[in-house]
Amino acid sequence: MSSGIAEWADEAKTRVGFFTDTSVCIGCKACEVACKEWNLIPQDGQDFLARSYDNTGELNGETWRHVAFIEQEKPLHTNGDGTTGLRWLMESDVCKHCTHAACLDVCPTGSLFRTEFGTVVVQEDICNGCGYCVPACPFGVLDKRHLPATTDKPPLFLGKKEDGRVWKCTLCYDRLRGGHEPACAKACPTKSIQFGPLDELRERADARLEKLQDEGWNGAQLYLRDPDDGIGGGGAFFLLLDDPEVYGLPPDPVVTTSHLGAMWTNMAAAAAVFAVGIAGTFLWGSHD
Amino acid sequence: MTDGVRSYYGHPVIKEPTWTWEIPCYFFTGGLAGASAVLSTASKLFGNEKLSRVALYVGATADAVSPGLLISDLGRPERFHHMLRVFKVTSPMNVGSWVLLVSGGASSTQALLELLGVLKPVKIAAEVASTVFGPPLATYTGVLIADTAVPVWHEARRELPWLFGASAAASAGAAACVFLDPADAGPARRLAIGGVAAEGGLMRAMELRLGEVGEVYQYGAAGSFARAAKGLAGAGAALLALRGRRSRAAAVVGGALVCAGELCLRWSVYKAGIQSARDPKYTVQPQRERASRNGGSKATTLPAARTGSAG
Amino acid sequence: MGSNMAENHPVGFQWVLEARERGAKVIHIDPRFTRTSAMATKWVGIRAGSDIAFLGGVVNYILQNDLWFEEYVKTYTNAPVIIDEAYADTEEADGLFSGWDPGKGRYDITSWSYEGMETHGAAGQREEGFTSKGEQSGHGGHGGGLSHGEPPSEDPDLTHRRCVFQILKRHYARYTPELVAETCGVSVDDFVYVCEALAQNSGRERTSAFCYAVGWTQHTTGVQYIRTAAIIQQLLGNIGRPGGGIMALRGHASIQGSTDIPTLYNILPGYLPMPHAQEYGDFDNFMNSNVAPTGWWGNFRQYWISLMCAYFGPHASSENDWFFEHLPRIDEDNSAYWTLEQMLEGKVKGYILAGENPAVGNANSKAHRLGLAKLDWLVVRDLVEIESAAFWYDSPEIESGELRTEEIATEIFFMPAAAHTEKDGSFTNTQRLLQWHWQATEPKQDCRSELWFYFHLGKLLKSKLKDSQEERDTLIKLLNWDYPTHSAIEEPDAEMVLKEIGGYTSETREPLASYKELKDDGTTACGCWIYCGCYQDGINQPARKKPHWEQDYVAAEWAWAWPANRRLLYNRASAAPDGTPWSEQKKYVYWNGEKWEGIDTPDFDETKPPDYVPPDDAKGPDAIAGSHPFIMQADGRSWLFVPQGLEDGPLPTHYEPHESPFENPLYSQRANPRRQQHKDAWWDPYNPVAGEPGVDLFPHVFTTYRLTEHHTAGGMTRSVPYLAELQPAMFCEVSPELADEVGLEHGGWATIYTTRSAIEARVLVTNRIPPLTVQGRTVHQIGLPYHWGSRLLTSGDSANDLMHAALDPNVHIMETKAATCGIRPGRRPRGRELARFLEELRSHATQERLEPEEVRSTST
Repeated sequence: MSSGIAEWADEAKTRVGFFTDTSVCIGCKACEVACKEWNLIPQDGQDFLARSYDNTGELNGETWRHVAFIEQEKPLHTNGDGTTGLRWLMESDVCKHCTHAACLDVCPTGSLFRTEFGTVVVQEDICNGCGYCVPACPFGVLDKRHLPATTDKPPLFLGKKEDGRVWKCTLCYDRLRGGHEPACAKACPTKSIQFGPLDELRERADARLEKLQDEGWNGAQLYLRDPDDGIGGGGAFFLLLDDPEVYGLPPDPVVTTSHLGAMWTNMAAAAAVFAVGIAGTFLWGSHD
Repeated sequence: MTDGVRSYYGHPVIKEPTWTWEIPCYFFTGGLAGASAVLSTASKLFGNEKLSRVALYVGATADAVSPGLLISDLGRPERFHHMLRVFKVTSPMNVGSWVLLVSGGASSTQALLELLGVLKPVKIAAEVASTVFGPPLATYTGVLIADTAVPVWHEARRELPWLFGASAAASAGAAACVFLDPADAGPARRLAIGGVAAEGGLMRAMELRLGEVGEVYQYGAAGSFARAAKGLAGAGAALLALRGRRSRAAAVVGGALVCAGELCLRWSVYKAGIQSARDPKYTVQPQRERASRNGGSKATTLPAARTGSAG
Repeated sequence: MGSNMAENHPVGFQWVLEARERGAKVIHIDPRFTRTSAMATKWVGIRAGSDIAFLGGVVNYILQNDLWFEEYVKTYTNAPVIIDEAYADTEEADGLFSGWDPGKGRYDITSWSYEGMETHGAAGQREEGFTSKGEQSGHGGHGGGLSHGEPPSEDPDLTHRRCVFQILKRHYARYTPELVAETCGVSVDDFVYVCEALAQNSGRERTSAFCYAVGWTQHTTGVQYIRTAAIIQQLLGNIGRPGGGIMALRGHASIQGSTDIPTLYNILPGYLPMPHAQEYGDFDNFMNSNVAPTGWWGNFRQYWISLMCAYFGPHASSENDWFFEHLPRIDEDNSAYWTLEQMLEGKVKGYILAGENPAVGNANSKAHRLGLAKLDWLVVRDLVEIESAAFWYDSPEIESGELRTEEIATEIFFMPAAAHTEKDGSFTNTQRLLQWHWQATEPKQDCRSELWFYFHLGKLLKSKLKDSQEERDTLIKLLNWDYPTHSAIEEPDAEMVLKEIGGYTSETREPLASYKELKDDGTTACGCWIYCGCYQDGINQPARKKPHWEQDYVAAEWAWAWPANRRLLYNRASAAPDGTPWSEQKKYVYWNGEKWEGIDTPDFDETKPPDYVPPDDAKGPDAIAGSHPFIMQADGRSWLFVPQGLEDGPLPTHYEPHESPFENPLYSQRANPRRQQHKDAWWDPYNPVAGEPGVDLFPHVFTTYRLTEHHTAGGMTRSVPYLAELQPAMFCEVSPELADEVGLEHGGWATIYTTRSAIEARVLVTNRIPPLTVQGRTVHQIGLPYHWGSRLLTSGDSANDLMHAALDPNVHIMETKAATCGIRPGRRPRGRELARFLEELRSHATQERLEPEEVRSTST
């Protein structure tokens, strides 16, 4: 399983994260822009996707905040008073900074590491673009950057034309070290993106869920808040208004590493039988 | 919505691997190398020197080609050595890099020293190393791909190392048949035929157990490669079985067909992974079903159930 | 309503959400379900252009069901005032008010006046007598000047047949819920929901607020839209009270500032009028016409003279009537569309565009591009080379061949502009809040701020004209222009400019504390009387940045609001006539026995007791009673009925938009009789409307709007990759029903057309702009964002190419929020094909359409 903040010993800080409350998201995309500006991320394509107001598409190496838009013929509230029959869900998606992070577990170079804040960060001077973390993430967050590199340019010998490394949200590690909140949280005008100590955020989220239930919000639920879920709870977790898959999120994600022990054991058995099997071909029909 | 499964405009939930053609080819060459190492040593122990040497050179070549394939796939090939910055058990790719390093180093050393005929103790040490690391080399890639979120891989985590092992064994036997006089190639032939049979049986078992996500092996590139694998490997095995003992030509063709088939097998698994990653239903549906069975997923916290009419 | 606050004022909108969190109902009434609707507790889809019918319906509902705030209405509004007996309502003259003169095409408003009064118009209008021209009457429009503070004829019981209250009742009697449903395409239930929500949430204990933007103003009846809301808010007692009022959500970070310190042709800073040429007269005449007998416009002299002292320093004195003789005069409507007409006739030599892109942003943008090609010279100051600067080689007209680069004689100077981060300065936002910003970095290369440009231009002009003997050059020669500069590029000191705007004593330049300190003897100078005090105590008040968590909710120490840092205008109305708060909950400003106090600067004479009755000869502010909060009005009351100040009626009436597929359900007078049209203008043809042949070619209603991701005409955002990629293509929003009917493909292309032009857009099929049932049949609405032009990272066709240039008569604003069009699948015709296509359409366009108002007269 992934290493934790404890490894930082005295340098360990309180674990921080995001609580993204989609019930107050106005879909302004200030988070997307602030993130790109602060982190000097390249623009990744002027493509009209015709997916409601989402022309960004997904999280990837060049998009670390992605606002999803879902139009539904469903009321926002179930308690009837003044209810309109349409609603428009908006959600700012981000890397979940999982407690048990598959990307971190599978990274072969040690590039991905857990910071003193409990966040998961890629060291871009180490990443060699093996791409293993990409399919390991149960949320499809990470991706390789195919655009030309803007930093640490590849050498002429053995180097490729594209950046080739994997990039993702760092929870603005540099800003955290400077005592600031991440760029997206700062830019969000309605406090949909809330940053702070994870414990505090969880408490706040629980209270928020209760309030929304009292107000009759249709489908209100917290996602990745529970430390007992398949990834140990998200460092970034959400208040959603419908099932996760409606937003493109997996309904019951489990970190792949949770089965790794059994996988190694199984492999050991297979390897043994493999060896024996090869030897066995000599025993059978040895008249040849 | 595809097939009653809700999704975000049919967009994938996870990301498909960014790996390119080198990787499924590496699955083949790595498996070939690992199995050949074991075949070489077993042959020697059972007194078949010719087979031993062929298997050694085949394996060493495969071992030499493998790192090149892997490095070529990297986004930053010039940083390939970063694989060895750490030793990390949670990363099958890291473990595998070490395994390949040792196995590759050992098999090339052994082959070189065999050719030059010097430093026998070193050669023996190398042989031991490559033999011990052979089985892991041939089977760890099954763990590597299963240790992801890719549905058709992760759900087949029990079968994949066995499948890859069987495929590797078949490839090693078949490759040896190509370069060896049929008179000496008996065990190789049996290994190829047995390997193909085992691989075929394991494929079937895997597809059956996979349920809906297993359907990716029926269509698209995965389907084409899977059918090609069966056809080519099956034809090759048949040829080896029926004619391989008597005809050198049949042995060569049969061996080559089996190798081609096993290469296709690796490609079908690779493509299946990509296909299962692309369609959100393969990620969402099993998870939804699991959640229902468990009375809800812990990933979702619903508001507390209210009793009574207040609120 | 008439706004999309979440998308266009996202930062301000957080407070709406805060209110929602505390249980407030947030109702959004709009033709489209937008990102604002997504956050609202209720959305009502309405036909674009029918808001007055809806709001008039609310007025009627309030009156019929006795939901009005009696004490407030009786004392604070002009409800009891009796109107001249010659007055006739639209109900009596089938859609016209009394005084309509078809020959002149306007109203003689004498019959609209208070009985027994000689009405005195607002500043600027009085000069010309009762026929008001241009927007001076409406602008910052503080209503008329009555001869003495109290109207002569009133019925405190509100029963007299001709009292405003009864006139109001009769005027809106037919605006029943059923009429509203039929005209606006809403359900009776939804309409009643809105009325009840408003009414239940108003009164002593609660207040409701309206927020509007250009969804209300950009109509040929735009000003009347806001008037109807004003009537509702007066009836419910919501003006001048915390949580109440009508908030104008202005569309640009400093557009409030751009009318306060104006870039408008007909007003001077602080909404003082530019003198007219017709009524030439001398300075005394000018003063007499503009100094109101009552109210705070009574101090017009002080404001005017202080401004002249700021402009001309010691050169302006009582000897030369404060330089009055030398001032230029306006003689016509010199507004943007008038100027366009002149441009197309080749009469305009030069044009300066500073941060403006009419080639994309103005209605009938195609005509603007053609106009630019007729200039001798054009100066464009902007951050990037916008469409208006590049039209001569990159525009739809160059592409179609209508214009040829080698034939365009316009000489164009592109002057790169500095961004707001590269200069000191202020924004005056939609709350009248002046907020200072500090320069963060030096401008690059040749980029320069506005201040630098005009200051150094002024210096150059002065130096070129210093030996001139021409009379007209006196102004420039003697202009007070001694601002200090700093930095290598000699950037003028913006704070010194602010200091002058805030006002100081002429001798010693001691900053003044408020406009009450302004004198008419030359001892004070002030660049803008409503901003007077913004440099009080020598402190840059707008630069104050005390965060809201360190203050009460009024947060008076964040920045500075005009006037006098007063955050809520007319806040005397937050107390009852006797000076006590209406309720503890809504306590704001109140009389403590000796003076008015509260959590905001009282908008009232500090020591004037609530029971003060003005003597008969009282003048200026002293003529306003202690129980009348609306101190800028001549009678100190808010006006339900507007006797003077507006071109098109004392009461709002539903008229159909200039282009509409529907007849007016109320009158044969279809549209606003006073709207400005460019009849016979080849460049502004009009679609056939209801009842005319060819109306079926343009059966759909379309509306234009903004997206959060882009800003106005796109120069600032379509050039930024991070923004361009968020909305990378011009698109139209259509319902699935319309898409089916016409054959539009989601994600594909559509061509939208009017008699002006045809544009293409990507198709976004959505349930958020549903078809409505109006007058018994289905009507489709189409939504068009207007940000795109032919250049920059994301380019596309301009929605404004479709637009006509018929205007509201009070403020010359275009009707971009409701017009008609046709739509078909596929990309648009290009080159000669386009010209042919348009010719074909125009052959169906109206021939000389004889409007009912041209025939009927209601003048006696």
